[in-house]
Amino acid sequence: MSPTLAVSRPRRRILPGFGLSLGFTLVYLSLIVLIPLSAAFLRAGGLSLADFWATVTAPRVLVSYRLSFGVSLLAALVNAGFGLILAWVLVRYRFPGRRIVDALVDLPFALPTAVAGIALTAIYAPNGWLGRWLDPLWGAGVRRLAEWVPVVDWAGLLGTKLAFDRPGVFLALTFVGLPFVVRTLQPVLEELEPELEEAAATLGANRWQTMTRVVFPELRPALITGFTLAFARALGEYGSVVFIAGNQPMHSEITPLLIINKLEQYDYRGATAIAVVMLVASFVLLLLINLLQRWSRRYHRV
Amino acid sequence: MAALVTTPPLAGQPPAAAGRRVVRNPAWVRVLFMTVALLFVAGFLVLPLAAVFAEALRKGLGAYLDSFRDPDALSAIRLTLLAAAVAVPANLVFGVAASWCIAKFDFRGKSVLITLIDLPFAVSPVISGLIYVLVFGAQGWYGQYLDAADPALPWLQQWLAARDFKIIFAVPGIVLATTFVTFPFVARELIPLMQQQGSDEEYAALTLGASGWQTFWRITLPNIKWGLFYGVILCNARAMGEFGAVSVVSGHIRGETNTMPLHVEILYNEYNFVAAFAVSSLLALLALLTLFLKSLVEWRARKSA
Amino acid sequence: MSVQVENIRKTFGHYTALADVSLAVKSGKLTALLGPSGSGKTTLLRIIAGLEHADEGSGQIRFHGEDVTHVPAGRRRVGFVFQHYALFRHMTVFENVAFGLKVRRERPARAEIADRVHRLLKLVQLESLAERYPSQLSGGQRQRVALARALAVEPKVLLLDEPFGALDAKVRKELRRWLRRFHDEIHLTTLFVTHDQEEALEIADEVVIMNQAKIEQVGTPQEVYDRPASPFVYQFLGNVNVLPAAALAGAGAGRPDGGGLVYVRPHDIEVVPHAAGESGLPAILRYIHAAGPQARLTLEQVVNRETVEAEISRAELDRLGLRANDLVRLRLRQSRSFAEDYAI
Repeated sequence: MSPTLAVSRPRRRILPGFGLSLGFTLVYLSLIVLIPLSAAFLRAGGLSLADFWATVTAPRVLVSYRLSFGVSLLAALVNAGFGLILAWVLVRYRFPGRRIVDALVDLPFALPTAVAGIALTAIYAPNGWLGRWLDPLWGAGVRRLAEWVPVVDWAGLLGTKLAFDRPGVFLALTFVGLPFVVRTLQPVLEELEPELEEAAATLGANRWQTMTRVVFPELRPALITGFTLAFARALGEYGSVVFIAGNQPMHSEITPLLIINKLEQYDYRGATAIAVVMLVASFVLLLLINLLQRWSRRYHRV
Repeated sequence: MAALVTTPPLAGQPPAAAGRRVVRNPAWVRVLFMTVALLFVAGFLVLPLAAVFAEALRKGLGAYLDSFRDPDALSAIRLTLLAAAVAVPANLVFGVAASWCIAKFDFRGKSVLITLIDLPFAVSPVISGLIYVLVFGAQGWYGQYLDAADPALPWLQQWLAARDFKIIFAVPGIVLATTFVTFPFVARELIPLMQQQGSDEEYAALTLGASGWQTFWRITLPNIKWGLFYGVILCNARAMGEFGAVSVVSGHIRGETNTMPLHVEILYNEYNFVAAFAVSSLLALLALLTLFLKSLVEWRARKSA
Repeated sequence: MSVQVENIRKTFGHYTALADVSLAVKSGKLTALLGPSGSGKTTLLRIIAGLEHADEGSGQIRFHGEDVTHVPAGRRRVGFVFQHYALFRHMTVFENVAFGLKVRRERPARAEIADRVHRLLKLVQLESLAERYPSQLSGGQRQRVALARALAVEPKVLLLDEPFGALDAKVRKELRRWLRRFHDEIHLTTLFVTHDQEEALEIADEVVIMNQAKIEQVGTPQEVYDRPASPFVYQFLGNVNVLPAAALAGAGAGRPDGGGLVYVRPHDIEVVPHAAGESGLPAILRYIHAAGPQARLTLEQVVNRETVEAEISRAELDRLGLRANDLVRLRLRQSRSFAEDYAI
C-alpha cells in the first residue's frame, strides 16, 4: 500500500472513541501548553542575537545561574543521601508511626510553596525556633573558615546567616525536592527480594559487601532518576525560596526571581530571554530523565 | 514531575516482609539509619508544619479567627476555590480522554504525546505564568490583537474590547495559569493504570453488546475510579497552592486577583505574621487532608491488589 | 450455526499472523483450533468474534452464509470467553452474567434477567456464588462465570480462547471433560483455541491444526492423529521418530524409494530379537524406562548411531526378556513418508 493511502484511509478500530479522545487531547494540549510555550520561543526569536546574549550573560544573571544550579545540585545530592536512608528505613523497618512518616514524605508536594517558605523562615530566621541557636553558629563557623583559609571568599560563597541568605535557598530547595528520591526508590526497594541478600550471604559476602555490591547497584538507576527529578524541581522553584533567600542582588537571587524582576520593570524581552535559557535547561533535563528511565528498565525486560 | 514518581504506590505491592530475617544490617546500623531518617523528617517536614499552626495561634485563638474576617482574605479564598473549580474538572476530562487514547490504542507519535503531556512539570512555575503574559498581555498576541488597526476578525475585537475582557492581571489569567501547572496530574495517574489493566474487560463488554459509552461508564470508569480520585486530589492540592505562576499573571490586586498563597505573601510582607500564618494554616490543613486521602487510596489499592 | 472463514489475511507490520486462511466450522460441533504459540490461532478467533479486523481487501467471515465481516462485535451474537476471563472485577458474579442483558436496547424486565441469570448459574453449577466478586473465586470458578456470562446473550457461536490455559493441571482435566459434557447438552457451535494437543484430541469433534499463519490440516481427532497431512502435524501430535528412508530397506517401511524421511510413532515400532536371517533395522537397546503401563525403549541404530524411541507393552517387554545393550531389530508396523522438499 502506498504511504498516501495509509494516511488518507482511517484505520478501523474495534474499541470506540479513538478519534474523539485523541482529537480532544491534541486540541486541549495545544491550547493550554503548546501554543503558550511556543510564544516564549517566538518572542525570544524577535530579539537580536546580540541583545539576547547581552541579557542572558549579564553579571547579575550569571551569578543567579551559579546560585540556582549550584544550590539545586547540592540540595539534590543531600536529598539523594538522606532520601536513600529514609526509603530504606520506610521499606525495611517496622516502627510505630511508620505510616504517618510515609504519608508525610509527600508534604512538599501537597503544601503550597509559599507556606513552606514562610514556615521555614519562621524556623531558621535569627529569632526563629532553631535559628536563634543555629544562626549564630553558622555565622561563627563561616568566620572561622575565613580565618583558616583566607583565599576563598567564604562569606560570599556560603553566606553569613541561615535565613535571608544563601543557606536559606538550600533549605527551601531541599524541602521541595525531598519526596522525589524517596518515592522513586521505594517501589524498587519493595521489589528487591531479600533472597538476593541471602544469596550473597551464602556465597560468603559480608554485610558491607552485600550492600555495596548487590543492593546498591540495583538501586542506582532509581537513585539517579530521583536525584535528577529533585534537581529539575529545585531549578524552577520560586515560591518557597523568595521568602527565605533575602534576595540580595549579585548574591542570593535565584534565576526565576530575575524573570519576575524583569517583568515588574515591564522588560518582557529580558524576561523572555532568561526564560528561554531556563526552558532549554529544563527540556534537556526532561530528556535526560526519559533516557534514564529507559536505561533503568533495561535489566527488567523479560 | 510530582506524579511521575507518585505513580508506583497504586500498583500496590505488599511491602516485603521485614525484620524477621537473619541476613540484615547489624543493630547499630539500624539504629543509626532510623535516627538519621527520623531527624531528617522532623527537621524538614514536621517542624515546618508545626511552625505554621504555632505561629498562626501565637496571639491566641481570637486573633487567629479575626484574620478570616478580613474581606480580602475571604475574596482570596473564593478566588482560590474558583480557580481550582475550573482547572481540576478541565484537567480531569483531559486526563480521561488522553489516557483512553494512549492506553487503548496504538498510533504513531504516542511516546511523543506522553512526553508533551509531562511538559508543564518540567517548566518553572514562573515561566508558566510568563508564557501566558506573552500570549495575552498588553504586549502579547492578544493585547496587540485588541489594538490592531486591521484585525482578522473585527467583530471579535470589538466584542472583546466592548466588554473590557481582560485575561492578564485578571481572573481568567489566574485560571489559565492554574490549569497549566496542574495539567499533567490526572493523565499521569491514569495512563499507567489503564495500560496495566489492559482492554480485555472492554472487549468483553463489546462482545456482550454494550455500546461505547456503556462500556466506558460501566466498565472503564469503575475500574479507574481510585486512580482518578488520586489524580484529582493531587491536582487540586497543586491548583489551590500554586504560587509562582499565579503570581506572575495576577497583578496582585487586593480583593480581586489575589489567591490564598498570594494573600499570604502580601500579609507576610506587611509584617502581619499572625494573619499570614492563619491563611497558611488553612492551606496546611488542605495539605494534610490531601495526604490523608492519598494514603487512604494507596491503602485501598494495596488491599485490593 | 456454521462459521465460514474465507481467505482471511492479517498482518501486523511486517509480521504475518494469518496468510489467506479459509476454514469451515461445522454447525453444532465442538471444534479445536490447535497450534503452537504464534501460529495465528488466537488472531483467527478474535477476527471471527469481531475483536480484530482482517486486513483491508482480504476475505470474508460468514455466519451461516451471511457476511458479518463488517458487523461490529456486539451485534455478531458471539459468546467470547477470554483466556484470562476478563471478568468485570467491580461486579459480582450475578452482575457479570447479567451485564449483557442489561446493556441491550430492549432490556428485559428485572425479574426476567434474574431468572435467566440464575438458570445460567445453575447450568455452570455456581448458583451459590452469585454474590461473590471475581477476586473471591478460584480459577475454575472464574472460568465458568466467564462461560455463563458469554452464554447469557444467547450467542449463536461460542468462542473460547485457551479456555484452560490459566488453570493448574488437575482442574484443567476436570474442566475439559465438563466442557465436553456441557457441549453435549447445549449443542452450540463452539470453537476453542488451544496449544495442548492432548486437550484438543480428547474433547473436540474436529481439530483444526495451524502452523505459521496457515492451516495444516482439518479432521476428526482420529484422522489427524492416524493420517497426519504433513511432517509438522506428525511431529506436533505426539512423539515421532524420523528415520532416513535409505536405512529402512527391509524394515517394513511403506515404500522406501531411496530418498526422503520416514515418520513412525514409537508404538508403531515392533522390537524383535536379533537373529540371523531376520529382517529389520539393527539397533542396540540403550535404556529401558519401565515406570508406567508402557515401556519406553531408547535404542541406537547400528548403521548411523542415531537414537530411536519405541514403546511396547510391559508384557511384551517381559516376553522378550530384553536388557540394556542387547542387539535387536526394529520393524515398522505403520509409517509415513513425505516428499523430501516438504518443509517442516
